[in-house]
Order: sequence, then C-alpha cells, then structure tokens
Amino acid sequence: MEGMAGSAAVMEGPLLDFFRAARGAGLRISPAESIDAVRAVRVIGFEEREALRDTLSLVLAKTPAEKRAFAECFERFFSRGSFADDELTPPPAAPPATSPAGGEGEGGGSALGRLLLANDQAALAAEVEAAAASVGLINISIFTQVNLFTRRMLDRMGLAALEREIAATKDADRANRLRIGRDRLRERVRDFVQQNLLLFAEGKNQEFRERLLTQTRLSAIDRRDHDRMRVLVRAMAKRLATQYGRPRRRDRRGILDVRRTLRRNMGWEAIPFLPVWKQERIDKPKLAVLCDVSGSVAPLAQFLLLFLFSLNEALAGLRAFAFSNSLIEVSELLERLPIEKAIPEVLQRIGFGSSNYGQALADFEAGWLGILDSQTTVIILGDGRGNRNPARSEILRRMAERSKQVVWLNPEPRTLWGTGDSDMLRYAPHCRVTAVCNSLQHLERVISGLLRDGA
Amino acid sequence: MVPPWHEKLASIEATEAGLQSAGYIPSRPISTAVYLAHHLQKPILVEGPAGVGKTELAKAAASWLGLGLIRMQCYEGLDESKALYEWKYGKQLLYTQILKDRMGALLGEEPSLEGAMRRLHGVSDLFFSEEFLEPRPLLKALRQPEGAVLLIDEVDKADQEFEAFLLELLSDYQVSIPEIGTVRAEVAPIVMLTSNSQRDLGDALKRRCLHLHIGLPEPRLEARIIATRVPGIAEALRRQLVAFVQQMRTLDLKKLPSVSETIDWARVLVLLHVRELDPGLVRETLNVLLKFESDIETVEPRIAELLQAARAEAVPVR
Repeated sequence: MEGMAGSAAVMEGPLLDFFRAARGAGLRISPAESIDAVRAVRVIGFEEREALRDTLSLVLAKTPAEKRAFAECFERFFSRGSFADDELTPPPAAPPATSPAGGEGEGGGSALGRLLLANDQAALAAEVEAAAASVGLINISIFTQVNLFTRRMLDRMGLAALEREIAATKDADRANRLRIGRDRLRERVRDFVQQNLLLFAEGKNQEFRERLLTQTRLSAIDRRDHDRMRVLVRAMAKRLATQYGRPRRRDRRGILDVRRTLRRNMGWEAIPFLPVWKQERIDKPKLAVLCDVSGSVAPLAQFLLLFLFSLNEALAGLRAFAFSNSLIEVSELLERLPIEKAIPEVLQRIGFGSSNYGQALADFEAGWLGILDSQTTVIILGDGRGNRNPARSEILRRMAERSKQVVWLNPEPRTLWGTGDSDMLRYAPHCRVTAVCNSLQHLERVISGLLRDGA
Repeated sequence: MVPPWHEKLASIEATEAGLQSAGYIPSRPISTAVYLAHHLQKPILVEGPAGVGKTELAKAAASWLGLGLIRMQCYEGLDESKALYEWKYGKQLLYTQILKDRMGALLGEEPSLEGAMRRLHGVSDLFFSEEFLEPRPLLKALRQPEGAVLLIDEVDKADQEFEAFLLELLSDYQVSIPEIGTVRAEVAPIVMLTSNSQRDLGDALKRRCLHLHIGLPEPRLEARIIATRVPGIAEALRRQLVAFVQQMRTLDLKKLPSVSETIDWARVLVLLHVRELDPGLVRETLNVLLKFESDIETVEPRIAELLQAARAEAVPVR
C-alpha cells in the first residue's frame, strides 16, 4: 500500500466514499472486501467505467439481490459528479468579459461572486465538493437535515460575503446577475445535498426501521409497513430454511457404529482409536397449525402463516387451519394463492368473528383428528379468550396424546393469562410449550427452536 | 513464480478473445472475472441457474490456457480424505510386512530398549512420507508445476464443515497436512467454484471469492453462443429460435430453459433439417426445452402466439 502514494491515494478517496454509499445501499462490505476492491481497481484502473463497474461488482456484491442494489448505487454515485455539466450552462445573459474587475469595495467583490459572474462551472463544482467535505455531508441521515446542510455548505462557500456584495453593488445589472447566480447556486447545492441523502442515508434509515419493526408488536404494525414486514418475514424464513432445509443427523454418543468404526480405523488394523457413533436423523418437523383469526389475533396469524409457508423446504408437512367461531382448513388456499392474496381471502371466509375455542377444537376433532400422529407438532396461535364459551380442554388433551407435542403461542403477556374470559390456564397443562409471541423476534425464536430440535 | 500462461491474460480483451477461441462466448463480466482471478490470485465463485455454462467456463479456460482441468464434484458427506489426501494404508501395511525381516536385522544388534527405540525413530517417518501419500483433487491442483484450473463443482451440495475446510486453500493456496507440513502452490491454480444456490454459502467463503453471477443470456449473446456451439445452423433459423426461447422465458415456468437447452434444441432442429419453426414442430420437440410436464402444459396452448411474437422480434445478429 505504501508503495504508491500520491496519485493512487488521490484516486482512492472517491472509492472509499463509494464503499460508504454502497453500505448505505444495503451491501455488507467488510474491511477485507474493501481492501480487495482497492487492489482490484489498481489492476483494472479508472479509465473504463464498465470495467470498473464489473470489477467492483465482482468483489463487493455477493448475491443477485446485492448485484442489483450495487448497479443502482454505482450509477447514482458516479453520476453525482455531473454537477458541472448541468443543462443550465448558458451563462445568465452576460458577456463573460465583464471582468474589468469592478472598482467595488474590496477589489472585485467576493471570491464566490467572481466565480458566479465568470460562470466557472468547474471551479464552482470543486467549491461545492470542498464545502461538502468540510461540513461532513456524508453523515447526513434524515431528510429534515437537507436545509441545514445546504445552509452550512453555502455559508462555507461564502454566501454572507456574496450577500454583502449584492447589497453594496451600485451597478444594477451586476447586482441582478449576482442575485440570479446566487439563487441558482442555492438550488444546485440543495439538489446536491438531496442526492447525497439518497446515497448515504437510505440504507441507514431502512436498517433502523427494520430493526424497529422486528421488535414492534405485530398487532400494532401499520398497514403501510406490511410490505416491508413481508420481506422481513421471508428473509427470516429463508435463513432458517437454508439452515435446516437439508436432512440433518446427530451423533448418539455412546452407541458405537461397529461397521463404520472398523472402516474408519482400517489404517490401524481396525484397532478402534477413533470411535464412530451411530447417528440419528433429525426429522423435519411436520406441523398442524391452528390459527385464531378473530379480530384480536388476526394480524399475528397473518405473519405466522406467512412465516410457515415461506419455510416450506424445511418442513416435512404443513396443514393450516383457521378459526374464529368455527374451524376450516386453509392449507390449499394458502398454497394456491400468493400469500398477500390468500390471507385476506382466509380472513374474509372466517375471520374477524368472536372466537369460540371450544367449538373450534370440537370441529378439529370431528374433521381432522386423524391427521395427527406421533411425528406431528400442533401449533395453536391464539389468546385463549373464548368469550365464556365452554373451553373443552379435554379435546386438547386428546390432541396432545395423539401428536408429538402441542405448542401454544399467545400474543398476550403472561400476566394476563387466566384473567377475565381467558381459558389459557385450562389449556396450558396439555401443551409442552406455551410462549408469549407478539413480535417478529418472538416468532423467529419459537420457530427456530422447533426446527433445531426437529420438533 | 510467473506461469508461462501469464502472457495470455494480459488484458480483459485478450481474455475475452482467448475464451472465445476455446468455444466459449463470455459476457464482459465473465472475462473480467477470469482476468482478475489470475491477477489478484483469487478464486471465482460462479452462481446462476442450471445450464448457463458455469462448468463450461472452467473447461474453456483450461483448454485455452493449455492447463489440466482438475474437477472435484461436491456431494453431501465429502470429506478431507476424499478431497485432499489419504494415506495408502494397504501399501503401508504391505511394506511393513515385507520389511519385517529387515527390521529384525536393523534392531537386532542393539542391546538396550532405548537404543532400539532411537533407531526406530530414525526410520518411522518412512511410512508417512510422500511415497505413501495418495493425493486427491485439491492437493493435486496445488502440486501441478505449471498451474492448473481447479473446478470445485456444486459446492453448495457439500456440508458446511467442508466449506470451512476449503477456506485455507482458497485464501492462501496452501493446505496443511499434519504429518508432512504445509503444501503451498508453486503456481497458484485458477480456482472456480460453482453453486446452484441450493443453500446459501457462508459469508467467509463468499468473502474470499470474486462473485460472478451468470444469468440467462440476452438475445444477442445467446445467438452468438448458438452460432459457435452449433455451427451447422442457418442464420434465419437461429434468430427465430433464440427469439422464441427468449419469449418463453417471459412465461411463469417452473424451470426456465437455459442456454444448454437452447443448444440442445438447436442441435435437434439441425438434425431434423428444419428451415423454419412451425407450431407442429415446436410442439413435438418441446420436451427438449422443458423438463416438467406442467411447464409443457403451460406452453403448449400458447405456441402459436409465442412464435408470432418471436418472428416479429427476431433480432438481426451482428
């Protein structure tokens, strides 16, 4: 690195800024990768834009999605420099030869004024860049800062002196041109700041929002955030699915696999130095999900179903049921339609009534008890508030006996269980796991637990 | 050490031309990747749908550079002893049996146990030396004096542990063998890993590689690929065929036809002496392009419509 100081270092300044921008666009760039990128660019050079883009894309972007984000960010970043060649280039109707360096006050007015009068775009662009660097424009993070940064940059460029000059000028034509120049400059600096906001801040905000969303109560999430939530849920499910999607085995320590031990120790005349244990398959979970879709729990049900149906490849089987005052199977519906359409459809068929857990359990027993076997995990999502209808917890007991386990996810905090019309405490003894689940984080924790132990 | 084929990779353009001379039509990012892989000494991780020419790229690079292609197919359960090296147990046993008498002669004169042990220490390494080492693909690639192209195929099929095991090789072009020491490549091989994205590869692995994503090609590139791979095909037919396949890729299919399917189809059409596509013919040969019954059912009723669109769009090639 030390070998080539000077010009190389000058070239790498923008590259470092670009890494920042790319991080803002959601690419994860580690220090090692940025070093690689700098090395690669030294080999390729800055001459050819296309080669530069291909190179950086090879080193920095590691998934198709990242490649797309990268291409977008690259375009935006390297077209940002076009401050100089704006469409506004025709000078404000003035012969550029107005530089008999006017007799005004301090020898030809302010430096900025001279630049504006001479309409020296390149120098102006350089001034803008310098001002941006000195006020730390790349730290901009929210849109309300646009005015602030614009103001600071203009101050740094000498706006105050320019204003004084305009006020002091007796030559009306000159004052007018200065005024036009000033307004135009202000506009451009503003645009420049805006572009930088897009470049550097977008990712940061998104990240912040997403972190917030995973922790928010699902029932409190705003409708306009639903799209973003779906993306988040899918990403989480994808992560779990890749981790648990393949058949897994685990050693049963202490139980020797004689055949494989002999094979493994062939090199030592089969004297078992390295024992090999028998392994057991960790089966993919087979799930039956019963979701309460009455008013209080519906938003949560929607995300649980989305989560589970995105997990497809990590599951051996999945049947979904929805209930409020009676219960229907919705698996087929959820498989056939994309989830965004399927959920409202489910809700429309059965949702938003007042829930009757006893009836729902009875329906399940009558129709589908046969699907439960010793490999099936039953997940019930609901607050257990049956509106004073009979709880019928003996049905849940029978379900628990037939299946591997029953997991109850309740959106209410534990302290509220059993208060008012909640039958939760009647159901709880039959469940292997009861958990509070009202944010995406909870949801992920519960589901990944199930997958890990091969529920 | 500078390998003799260093000259051939003098620029991106030279790389592009070279790959073309080996019958592989690269897009610009592909040749950039190969060029950089050599100059930065970094492996390339190639991802993309099946049949876009990921493996083919390695083959073409090897034949162009005049290097051996060492291929390692990954699968679940692949481990060190199959990928890197193994001791020739049988040979070791045999040799100990044969040399038994000599051992007696060697040790016989030594009166004390310590003395005998000392003597034995002098020879024990005999059995864990290069003589008894069975090199597997990875070690072989490192020990080629001229360098090699190492293709680690479908790395996503191997276990996560194996991925971790690859890291040393990928970052330093060396491997450690406990009994012998560290083996370093004299000439860094060009390493290509391919993946069908069956599972997400670890960040550590990705970080060490140049990441090349080969997607389905644009019409112009695909037409050129067909022209080189199926030389006997008439120009008009080639245009139609490429346009048709491109049209088909806009449909919602389980498995979109990729380049290898287009090439197969072109070969079939040449064999059948076809001059122009017509619906009946397309229907009969559709199973070359589509590998799922449901996909064929989706496309069949729309053949005429797709053909029409393809005819309208058939782009002139160069």
